[in-house]
Amino acid sequence: MSGQSADESKIALGDIARRVAGLAQSGEQVEAYVIRSRSTEVKVFDGEVESLSVAEVEGVGVRLLLDHRQGYAWAGSLDPDVVAETVAEARDNASFGTQDEAYGFPERADVDAVAAPDLDLWRESLLSVAPEDKVAIALQVEAATRAADPRVRGVESASYDDGAVEVAVASSLGVESSARRTVCSLASFAMAGEGEETQTGYGFSVGRAFDDLDVVIAARDAVERSTRLLGARQPASRRIPVIFDPLVTQSLLGLLGSALSGEAVLKGRSIFAGREGEEVAAANVTLVDDPTIPDAFGAATNDGEGVPTRRVELIVGGRLQGFLHNVYTARRSSTHTTGSAMRGFKSTPAVGARALHLLPGVKSPEAILATMPEALYVQSVSGLHSGTNPVSGDFSVGAEGLMVRNGAFAEPVREITIASTLPRMLLDITEVGADLTWLPGGAAGVTLLLSDMTMSGV
Amino acid sequence: MIEESVMSRTLHRALAKGGDFAEVFAEDRRSSAATFDDGKVEELRSGRERGAGVRVVRGETTGYAHTADLSEAGLGEAAEAAAAAASTGGPGATIVPLTRRANTPPHDVKVLPEGVEKARKVEMLTRADDAARSEGDAVRQVTVSYADGRRRILVANSDGLLTEDDQVRTRFFVNAVAVGDTGMQTGMEAPGFTVGFEYFDEHSPEDIAKIAAARALSKLTARPAPSGKVPVVLKRGAGGVLFHEACGHGLEADLVGRDASVFRGRVGEQVASPLVTLVDDGGLAREWGASAIDDEGAPAQRNVLIEDGVLTDYMWDLVRARKEGRASSGNGRRETYQHLPMVRMTNTFLMPGEDDPDDIIRQTPYGLYCVALGGGQVNTATGDFVFGITEAYMIEDGQITDPVRAAQLIGNGPETLMAVDAVGRDFDTWAGTCGKDGQGVPVSSGQPTLRIREMTVGGTAA
Repeated sequence: MSGQSADESKIALGDIARRVAGLAQSGEQVEAYVIRSRSTEVKVFDGEVESLSVAEVEGVGVRLLLDHRQGYAWAGSLDPDVVAETVAEARDNASFGTQDEAYGFPERADVDAVAAPDLDLWRESLLSVAPEDKVAIALQVEAATRAADPRVRGVESASYDDGAVEVAVASSLGVESSARRTVCSLASFAMAGEGEETQTGYGFSVGRAFDDLDVVIAARDAVERSTRLLGARQPASRRIPVIFDPLVTQSLLGLLGSALSGEAVLKGRSIFAGREGEEVAAANVTLVDDPTIPDAFGAATNDGEGVPTRRVELIVGGRLQGFLHNVYTARRSSTHTTGSAMRGFKSTPAVGARALHLLPGVKSPEAILATMPEALYVQSVSGLHSGTNPVSGDFSVGAEGLMVRNGAFAEPVREITIASTLPRMLLDITEVGADLTWLPGGAAGVTLLLSDMTMSGV
Repeated sequence: MIEESVMSRTLHRALAKGGDFAEVFAEDRRSSAATFDDGKVEELRSGRERGAGVRVVRGETTGYAHTADLSEAGLGEAAEAAAAAASTGGPGATIVPLTRRANTPPHDVKVLPEGVEKARKVEMLTRADDAARSEGDAVRQVTVSYADGRRRILVANSDGLLTEDDQVRTRFFVNAVAVGDTGMQTGMEAPGFTVGFEYFDEHSPEDIAKIAAARALSKLTARPAPSGKVPVVLKRGAGGVLFHEACGHGLEADLVGRDASVFRGRVGEQVASPLVTLVDDGGLAREWGASAIDDEGAPAQRNVLIEDGVLTDYMWDLVRARKEGRASSGNGRRETYQHLPMVRMTNTFLMPGEDDPDDIIRQTPYGLYCVALGGGQVNTATGDFVFGITEAYMIEDGQITDPVRAAQLIGNGPETLMAVDAVGRDFDTWAGTCGKDGQGVPVSSGQPTLRIREMTVGGTAA
């Protein structure tokens, strides 16, 4: 914002990264991951601005290899003195690591294997939106949520967020990449009900430019999701077919994404380890990670090591094809990186999905519903991370939603859990909806029908 | 970190265009971590972060901006950006001259981790790996992590407060994967304390590793958890997170003020079984959520939230307390200088009672005995919560019998509090990271062995 940083801000991030990589001494390899982000957050409550925060964050992460050992250090600053200190710290740390021949940064061949997709994820216009307009849209979504239905008793929170992120990676092997993206979002959290009862519902809208945001959709979803749960009771425990709302499917895909990471497989922490070529899911299941899709929230031209992203088929027609890899996990697994390195500046590259999605089927959500004499429609789940184990495959989460009877929504239900195991759930997928929707996060939503889960209630 | 005169001038700039209150929060953090995984030291990681955030409050509105540049110019820019968000155009509140206030740290750190040789930290990792693997051939993968952090903070505000704190935390994680006929199971143990490297005087890497390995091994023979309502006995220390989720969050004044808590308007009422006394204590020595002051400069203190089942008070930060004309309870916390503070728990405990813990099990004909829980989640507006069981056993005829597989427990906060029907005289705590509005802060939770008459267990057994 001033001082050293002000001078640095005039220098392109790519130049800073290249300069850091240039600090490699004889026998060393150095990689710099440099980030700069600007963001705004507006929170409103009861027709007033609760807070308006403006943030600018810069940081650098340095990975240093010496004698097949790896060291890491990071700093929340691009001040040249701090950066030099960070490189020295990474060097010192490297001397304590265990030797591993597979450590390494991407080489030219890794980067040249596929062409980086041509994606424009930056909207300059977002940077010139006046703070007053950001405040106004947050107030609008709150007002629209309140006004949409008399049963809405309040809005727990309504907010506007935006961010403009620039990233550059450079290594002493001469590999360089830089990318930038903008994102903005609007969210509303409605509370419906009178007296003792309260039900809550979440609605949002997300885009890259301010004009992409839709107040009406965010408010409508929050209101619909809260009001349709009014009167919810705890049903009796039983086994039942389950329909997942697209938001719930997205969470499930997130779990599968971690189990399909080459890192989890390598370390024996994946239910998919050693199962390539096997039937792991129903025949209608094709699961793909494709960050080259511009509409995907996680779209990216390059991964966290600077390698171009690409379409990766993970499960095709129910059969497991392979896993996601970064450079290290690929070398350990005798394969090639899939451009799936994920990271922030505070950590070494992990492996993850950016745009994971199921290939959509042909039936609309309504058509799927219409075929069901009785089912549980799950609107939201909770405790996904504490209640599922991607290693053992055990799956047990809190849920709320609606019963489906004779092909239509019936009474709402709450305070239930749904349980199965991840391998069974994949085999139990009987329908994938046609309603593929890109949502914030690394996976897309779609309506899903599973033939059998255990519902616990009374 | 920053000179007193610079802090003072920054506060003046923050209120130059109006506002009721201004604050400068500066922070300098260092951290180091090391991971041993898959039979090798992956790498040591060091981190450094320094910066300050300026907050200006006018009426209901807070403006906030932060900078990594701690020079007077950098702070001044942040002050003006924060002021712009809360500007009235008129003169601001009077700024009381700064008076430095000293604090008593809850624990005197004996060995600063930053002064410990890296080789010694690495040695702890290999010791734990050896110990976990020696528990049995079925232990196939072990991940061990060591992490320490030092956080120095400085707070100055327009009420004249100037104070600082130096917080040192150390934590050790062991995660074991065991493989048997029924597949893979995991076990984890990760005690964390607000102490220096003297952590290892009381906690050996071997002991932590053995607990994690035993947990994974025991689950290899586990049967599916029951499905439906059953009595639940929580072992000491295992279930504090349940009360953190079930009622702690609902007692945070910001959520209460937004009408997003089932405990709103219920002070003085019986909200729990008379056996329940719930306390939040930020000053408790060594605990993971301990500090001398909160992130608004208020001294950490012991707050009784529920006494013998009666709701006595909520937890407060500065902004919500000012609105009510009362003092903060020392619960204003933030993840880093890049975040606005809000009401957060520190160390939240359900206090010991009088029952013999063994008797509680003996007097339970059928139920679930939970020894370790994973994280949880609550919807404060409805009170509905969930949390994951990571180690549990069946209780049959008053005896602990077979281990059960991981499952979710679900309940409603107010209902669960009322259903506590036995409270032991033992006690233990558990360290975790509490997330709220995207900010994570270290907290501990604790409780004696106790029984809840009935909870819904989300297993797959009939």
